[in-house]
Amino acid sequence: MSKEMMSGNEAIARAAYEAGVKVAAAYPGTPSSEIMENVAKYDEIFSQWGPNEKVAFEVALGAAFAGKRAICAMKHVGLNVAADPFFTASYSGVEAGFVIVSADEPGMHSSQNEQDNRNYAKFAKIPMLEPSDSQEAKDFTKLAFDISEKFDTPVLMRVTTRICHSKSMVELKERKETGLNEFPKKNTRKYVVIPAHARIKRVMVEQRLKDLAEYAENTDINRIEEGTRDLAFITSGFSHNYVKEVYPDAHFLKLGFTYPLPMKMIRKFVDQHKKVIVVEELDPFMEDQIKVAGINVHGMDIITNIGELNSDIIRNSIENTKDEVNDIGVSIPVRPPALCPGCPHRGVFTILREQSVRVMGDIGCYTLGVLPPLDNLDWCVCMGAGVSMVQGLEKAWDDEHADKIVGMVGDSTFFHSGITGLVDIVYNHGIGTIFVLDNSTTAMTGTQENPATGKDIKGKPATRVDIRKICEAVGIKEIYDVDPQDLDALGEVVAKALASKNPTVIITHRECILLPLRAKVKFTPLKIDTEKCIGCKSCVSVGCPALAYDKKLRKTRVLPELCVGCEVCSRMCPKSAFTKNGEPLVYEKRHKIRGK
Amino acid sequence: MENLNILIVGVGGQGVILASEVLTLVGIKAGFDVKKSEIHGMSQRGGSVSSDIRFNKVKVHSPVIARKSADFLVGFEKLEALRAIDMVADDGIIISSNYRLDPMTVSAGSMIYPDDVEGIVKENHEKTYFFDHVETIEKIKNPRAVNIYILGALASFIDIDKEIWIEVIKSRVPPKTVELNLNAFEEGLKIGG
Ligand SMILES: Cc1ncc(C[n+]2csc(CCOP(=O)(O)OP(=O)(O)O)c2C)c(N)n1
Ligand code: SF4
Ligand code: SF4
Repeated sequence: MSKEMMSGNEAIARAAYEAGVKVAAAYPGTPSSEIMENVAKYDEIFSQWGPNEKVAFEVALGAAFAGKRAICAMKHVGLNVAADPFFTASYSGVEAGFVIVSADEPGMHSSQNEQDNRNYAKFAKIPMLEPSDSQEAKDFTKLAFDISEKFDTPVLMRVTTRICHSKSMVELKERKETGLNEFPKKNTRKYVVIPAHARIKRVMVEQRLKDLAEYAENTDINRIEEGTRDLAFITSGFSHNYVKEVYPDAHFLKLGFTYPLPMKMIRKFVDQHKKVIVVEELDPFMEDQIKVAGINVHGMDIITNIGELNSDIIRNSIENTKDEVNDIGVSIPVRPPALCPGCPHRGVFTILREQSVRVMGDIGCYTLGVLPPLDNLDWCVCMGAGVSMVQGLEKAWDDEHADKIVGMVGDSTFFHSGITGLVDIVYNHGIGTIFVLDNSTTAMTGTQENPATGKDIKGKPATRVDIRKICEAVGIKEIYDVDPQDLDALGEVVAKALASKNPTVIITHRECILLPLRAKVKFTPLKIDTEKCIGCKSCVSVGCPALAYDKKLRKTRVLPELCVGCEVCSRMCPKSAFTKNGEPLVYEKRHKIRGK
Repeated sequence: MENLNILIVGVGGQGVILASEVLTLVGIKAGFDVKKSEIHGMSQRGGSVSSDIRFNKVKVHSPVIARKSADFLVGFEKLEALRAIDMVADDGIIISSNYRLDPMTVSAGSMIYPDDVEGIVKENHEKTYFFDHVETIEKIKNPRAVNIYILGALASFIDIDKEIWIEVIKSRVPPKTVELNLNAFEEGLKIGG
C-alpha cells in the first residue's frame, strides 16, 4: 500500500473515505475546516457545508439513522452550537457508524476561547478517541465507526490544532463499502425520543458506558510503551509527543481511547510506580477521573492547564527549571493580522468611525476592525450575537442610544445564526441597524462557499439564497444595498439608517479581495506625490497594510506590490496627494476619521 | 546526519508554506522520517507564519521544534527572523532575507521597527547569513522565486544530494516556471559557497 504525507485533517478525510462513509457535513472553523475540504475531493461521499454546526450535525445524524455511515466536523465552539442533538443522539444511538470530530484549540491561535471538549464526551456519555499524529488520526477515525456500530452510539474524535495542521506519513488503504443494504424499518422506540422511550434509553446508556469501559481495557489503542521505571507518564493526544520528545526512555501508558477510561489498566500501571504524571492539554480531564477512582497521580499540580503545551514547558515544569531569558535589548513589534489591502470591510469601518458609531461586532474577518488604527469594535462574543445583542444593548436604555449603535454580521454568519436575531428585533419592537457584510465568501476560515455564494462545497453551481429576500420576509421594512467602497453613499445610508425608528438592514456588496486576486485580476496601485504629502497620517488611519509611514521623512509611501487601488485611503487625504495611473485623485468629499 | 530541525518564518503570502512543502518532500526522498507543523491560522491577513520541519533517521516524536534546537532558522522577513532567534541552537545557522515589511503596529505608528535588525541578529548569533532582497530579485528575475532561492541557500549547508532537491522542486512549481526556479535554486546554492 502506498504512503503519503498528510495533515491530521487530510488523514481524517481519508479515513472517512476508507471507512465507506456516505454522508459528510461540516461548518468551517479553524482548525477543522480542511477535513471537509478534503472529504469533498472523494466523489463516493456526499459532502456539504451546513449553514451552521447544528444543521451539519443533524444532516449527518440523519444519514446514520438511514443506515449509512456519516461524519461531521467542527471547531470546538461549533459543538456548543450542535450540543442539543449531540446529547440526545447519545440516547437514540444509530443504524450505521456516526463520528463527530471536534477540533480544539489549546493556545487559541484563532479562537475566542479555550474550552476542552473532552468534557462533552463525559457530559453526553459518548465514547471518545484522541489520536497523537496523522496515522492515528486515520486509524482511530476508522475504528470510531466500528465502535459506533458495535455499541450503538455516536463517537467523538477529539483532535487539536497541532494534530490538524501537522503533517506526517500515513499508509493508505482501499475504500470498503459499508452500511445497510436496505432502508431501515420503522423503530419508534429507538428513534422517537419521547420521555417514555428516553427513560428506557437512560438505563441503557449507563450499561453502554460500562461495556465501553470494558472495551477500553482491551483495545490496543490504549497501550504501554516500555521504558525505565524512574519516570512514568499517562498521556493522550498531542501531549504524548511532547513528553516522548523530552523523556524518550520513560515508561508510558499512552491512551487513545480516553472516555470512558480504562481504570483497571491505569491502576495496574500506577501501582508499579512511586510517582506517575498525567500530561494533558487544558482541563485535568483524565487526572480528575483517575483521582476520583482513588488512584494517586500527579498532573496539573506540576503542569499548567492554560494554553498549548510544548516540550520546553514540560521539561521546565517537571525539572523545576526556567529558560534563561536571552535579552537582546530591543522590543520586537508584534505582527497581528490585518484587513487585507482592498478588503471590502475597510470602507464600513471607516464610515462607522467617521460617524462615531458604537459597533456590536461578530466573528469573521471584520472582527479585525478591533485592531488599531481602525480600533472600532465595541463588543464581540460569538457567531450571531452581532445581531441579537443589539436588541439588548438598545432596550437596556429604552432605545436612547439606538442612533449610535449598529450590529454587524458577515454573509456566512448571517446564515449561521443571524436570521433568528433579526426575527427577534422585528417581533419585539426593535429599531436596530444591522449590517450584513456580503463579501461572497466565508473569508476568515479560508474562503469556503456558503448559501449566498451560489456554489456548493465542490464549487458546482447551487441555488443562491437571497439575503435581501430573507430580510424582507422577516419583516424588515428598510433595507439598503450599498457598495462599501463607495464611501459617500455608504455614509449617507448609515446616517439614514441610524436616524430611522424602524429596524434596518444595510447589505454591503463587494467580494473579498482574495477572490479576484486568485483569478489573477490585475489592479492598478496608487502612488503618493511626495511633494504634496504633508505627513498628516490621515490615509494611514484606514489601517491598510499597503501603506507605510516613514517616521523620519514624515511621508507616507504606497507599497506597489500590495496596493490594489481601492481608493479608500486616498479619500482621507487633505492634499489630494494620491495619484492613479499618473492622474491626481481629487474627490468632491473628503472623509476624515482621525481626531475622533 | 542523524537529524535536522528547520524553522521557517515569514509573513502571510510570502511562500513559507510552499518552501516547507518542498523541504518535507526532500527529507522523505533522502530517507528520513519527517514531520512538520505549521501555525498559519491568520496567515492570509498578513500575520506571522511559521513552519517547523523535523528530519530524523529513526523517528520524529513531536513535529514542533523546541527552544534553542533549530539547526536552521530560515527568515523570509528580517523582523520575523529576529523574533525567532531564541529558537536557534547555539551552533545553528540563520539564513534570512533583509526584506522589511512593516507590521500594522509599526505603520500605524504605535510601535517601532528596530533600526538595525540585521546587526542585532548578527550580534546575537554569529553564524548568520543575510541576503539582499532587491539584489536577489534582480539576479533571479522574479520576486516569486525567492522562496526557491532561499531553499538553495539552505541546501548549500545541508548534506543531501542536489539531485533530490532539483527533482522535488520540479514536481512542486508550476511547469512554466521550472527553469526560472531552478536558476533561483542555483543562485541560492552560492550562499554557502
Ligand atoms: C460557532 C462557530 N463556528 C465557527 C467559527 C469559525 N469562524 C470564525 S469566522 C467564521 C466565518 C465568517 O464568515 P463571514 O461571516 O462570511 O465573514 P468573513 O470572514 O467572510 O468576513 C467562522 C466560520 C466560530 N468562530 N464559531
Ligand atoms: S480575506 Fe477578504 S474579507 Fe478577509 S480581510 Fe482579506 S479581503 Fe477582507
Ligand atoms: S488604495 Fe489605499 S487602502 Fe486601497 S489597497 Fe491601496 S493603499 Fe490600501
